[in-house]
Amino acid sequence: MTNKIKIKIDGKEIITDQGKTIVEAAHENGIFIPTLCNFAGALPKGCCRMCTIKINNRFMTSCTTPAAHGMEVENNTNEINDFRKGIIELLFVSGNHFCPSCEKSGNCELQALAYRYQMMVPRFPYDFPMKSVDGSSPYIIKDQNRCILCKRCIKTIKDDQGRHYFAFKERGHKLEVLLDDKMGKEISSALAKKAMENCPVGSIIFKEVGFEVPIGQRKYDHKPIGSEIEN
Amino acid sequence: MKDRIIEIISKYNGDSTRLMDILHDIQAHAGYIDEATIALLADKLTLSAAQIKETVSFYHFYSDKPLAKVNIYLNDSVTANMNGRKDVLKAFEDACGIKIGRVTTDGNIGLFSTSCIGMNDQEPAAIINDRVFTRLTPYRTKQIINGLKQGQHVKELVVEGCGDGNNALPIIDAMVYNNIRRKGALLSHDYPLFTVIKDILPKTSSEEITDIITESNIRGRGGAGFPTGLKWKFGSRAKGEHRFIICNADEGEPGTFKDRVLLTEYPEMVFEGMVAAGYAVGADIGLLYLRYEYKYLLVYLNGILENMRKNNFLGQSIAGIGDFDFDIRIQLGAGAYICGEESALIESLEGKRGEPRDKPPFPVEKGYLNLPTVVNNVETLATVVKIIKNGAAWYNQLGNKDSVGTKLLSISGDCRFPGIYEVEWGLKISDILAMCGANEVQAIQVGGPSGTLLGEKDFDRELSYSDLPTGGSMIVFNKNRDLLSEVVLNFMNFFIEESCGTCSTCRNMPYVLRGKLLKVINGRGVKTDIEDMVNWANLLKVSRCGLGQTAANPIVSSIRNFRHLYDALVQKEIEYDSGFSLETSVLESCKAVRRQPLFHHNA
Ligand SMILES: Cc1cc2nc3c(=O)[nH]c(=O)nc-3n(C[C@H](O)[C@H](O)[C@H](O)COP(=O)(O)O)c2cc1C
Ligand code: SF4
Ligand code: FES
Repeated sequence: MTNKIKIKIDGKEIITDQGKTIVEAAHENGIFIPTLCNFAGALPKGCCRMCTIKINNRFMTSCTTPAAHGMEVENNTNEINDFRKGIIELLFVSGNHFCPSCEKSGNCELQALAYRYQMMVPRFPYDFPMKSVDGSSPYIIKDQNRCILCKRCIKTIKDDQGRHYFAFKERGHKLEVLLDDKMGKEISSALAKKAMENCPVGSIIFKEVGFEVPIGQRKYDHKPIGSEIEN
Repeated sequence: MKDRIIEIISKYNGDSTRLMDILHDIQAHAGYIDEATIALLADKLTLSAAQIKETVSFYHFYSDKPLAKVNIYLNDSVTANMNGRKDVLKAFEDACGIKIGRVTTDGNIGLFSTSCIGMNDQEPAAIINDRVFTRLTPYRTKQIINGLKQGQHVKELVVEGCGDGNNALPIIDAMVYNNIRRKGALLSHDYPLFTVIKDILPKTSSEEITDIITESNIRGRGGAGFPTGLKWKFGSRAKGEHRFIICNADEGEPGTFKDRVLLTEYPEMVFEGMVAAGYAVGADIGLLYLRYEYKYLLVYLNGILENMRKNNFLGQSIAGIGDFDFDIRIQLGAGAYICGEESALIESLEGKRGEPRDKPPFPVEKGYLNLPTVVNNVETLATVVKIIKNGAAWYNQLGNKDSVGTKLLSISGDCRFPGIYEVEWGLKISDILAMCGANEVQAIQVGGPSGTLLGEKDFDRELSYSDLPTGGSMIVFNKNRDLLSEVVLNFMNFFIEESCGTCSTCRNMPYVLRGKLLKVINGRGVKTDIEDMVNWANLLKVSRCGLGQTAANPIVSSIRNFRHLYDALVQKEIEYDSGFSLETSVLESCKAVRRQPLFHHNA
């Protein structure tokens, strides 16, 4: 039997199980906290900082912090929402995200969050960095231009011995996600499809098929991201 | 080659948590870590090649490309630059005929830049094939390169002799100076080594040791200032089949070098502190994480550990205490400032990239190998020994109400006597400046780049955890220094270079802010640029670790305390400037096609 605990999010009391993270507790109770790097079933690693909340006047990431009885969480406040919008803008200017030509448009979580947080023009200057595209795998195009370094592919796409297909390379501002040369050539089409699905943006594209679902009929084309959670 | 690599892997039992050591050994053997080796390693450790590259590419001193026979890493710290690094660099480049970041075509000499190497009181300094060269001049640089070209061994190039104290021991043999300027409770030579292990631990329970430390009110000397007694208590309560004591000797904050001096002159006390901590916490394994830049101390330190084992100060039933087994291993880092952050350090100890962990859980609960781990700074652990010997009451007399005890300061920059000063907490900045012989002071950087830049109006403030906390880095700047282009820009470059990059904020925002700063420095800034920097910097607050959270401090604290410098640079006549210059942007491409750029708008 799991222990039930109570926490408050923006003053609203919710009940959850001991051991759940704050984001899990919130989403189960119909409260939206935006996430990008978090992925159900994989260990959380607070990379994107989108799920930032405030507890006792301290910023925490709700995807990594377990809910504890009596916790009071600030989530949907002006301060925090502006940070979230800032993070989205920062991700846009530090990559090359050209939505209209992207196969992931409409299914892209970054794009959907930008709409939800009403990003018009980023406050930061565009960097237009030089990034590479790796098409050496028979099934995958790994496009560094669109990568937001969330680690989801690294954490979830592995072979039966636990070896990673994707990995970080370099650090800091030079950080990239690399597809392993050898394993990328041997990847199955099913796993390649899964990699594309698990990527929140259009950085991992499954080769050969494109625009199967037309733009306009995709996941976030009609309802904003988060509406599937909110009640 | 292949056999040798398999040998190296089996030396570490094919244990992927020892990847750091495996890579060090391979690089020492082969000079670099090539594709074939990476494939072999991946195969033997059941990892993908990409996973091996993930670790290799994280650390500054591992290379997947051939390095030279002799590799020169020229320090790029702010004090190096203040002491003529630019001319030294030019001398290196001219003498070698290459630009920095390159290897000569004959593969003999490589020239690279590196972040602060902990020699701020003897700059400009460089590491040449693991040997430290200090106080370089263009003249010496030419001699060094000439010597190398004539086939001299790196060791033969040292004409300065050795530094002071133990630096002159044949086993260290380093051109490094301790520059100890002021001794106090910690550095005074009144402690017969190993008294605590021999005489006190056998008569005192582990709880009593923790109580002494708690009552002494000592707080961590690594910068964060967590109460040491409390940390030990948490560590001793956490459950696990092993517990670990880690000594953090990564000392990466630019401007600090006191841990280097402690490890050179007082290593026994540091190790003894680890043993005492091990006893108090109930740990059986100690690990000292030594930054790669201090590799020249490694053999010396291992020798001391060996002696301690011989005397039963390490090993089983230490000092006759039946159930107290404890031993220490030294782990060499590979060039990453972030590995000073305790959870990044632990990741690195496990053979991975130095990416800080999300907290909670804290290392005292889930640290190294997910077991309870107490991480303490070198200075904390050395001090603990004297506290156990002399008692908590003795320590409480030192310092001020808010912050008890003494602190080692690493003072460098524009002052006559850079070096190590042991002072009591509560000392005024003005006294510090007088003490080190600083004149015409414009500013002092307290606590390294992640700390604050203070000007004259703050010189009567005191060092303390509540007002001016510091890990000990103090860099003085006189009135001739250009704070923005010489200091603030250097510090921003440092954070951009050293961020682990996992947080979206820390990976990108310092870079964006540097862009703005450069815009101002280049005379293209406007008033709103200053406000933008202050506002945008807030976003870094939501970063995971202290690096990201403080990465804008150089800019924010200089705007706060030296606003006039920014105001003087921004354009008053206009409110907006894109910062984009068509003239300079097309310069390179015009040059390539041998054309003169032609601009009509301002003809
Ligand atoms: C970016 C960063 C770098 C750090 N570097 C060091 C370091 O080089 N040495 C150190 O002792 N502590 C460093 N720390 C602090 C450690 O995380 C940790 O608090 C400390 O080692 C604990 O020891 P103490 O309590 O004895 O100070 C760093 C922290 C951060 C965020
Ligand atoms: S704040 Fe910076 S250095 Fe720290 S974990 Fe995040 S990206 Fe890494
Ligand atoms: S979703 Fe929590 S940090 Fe990315």
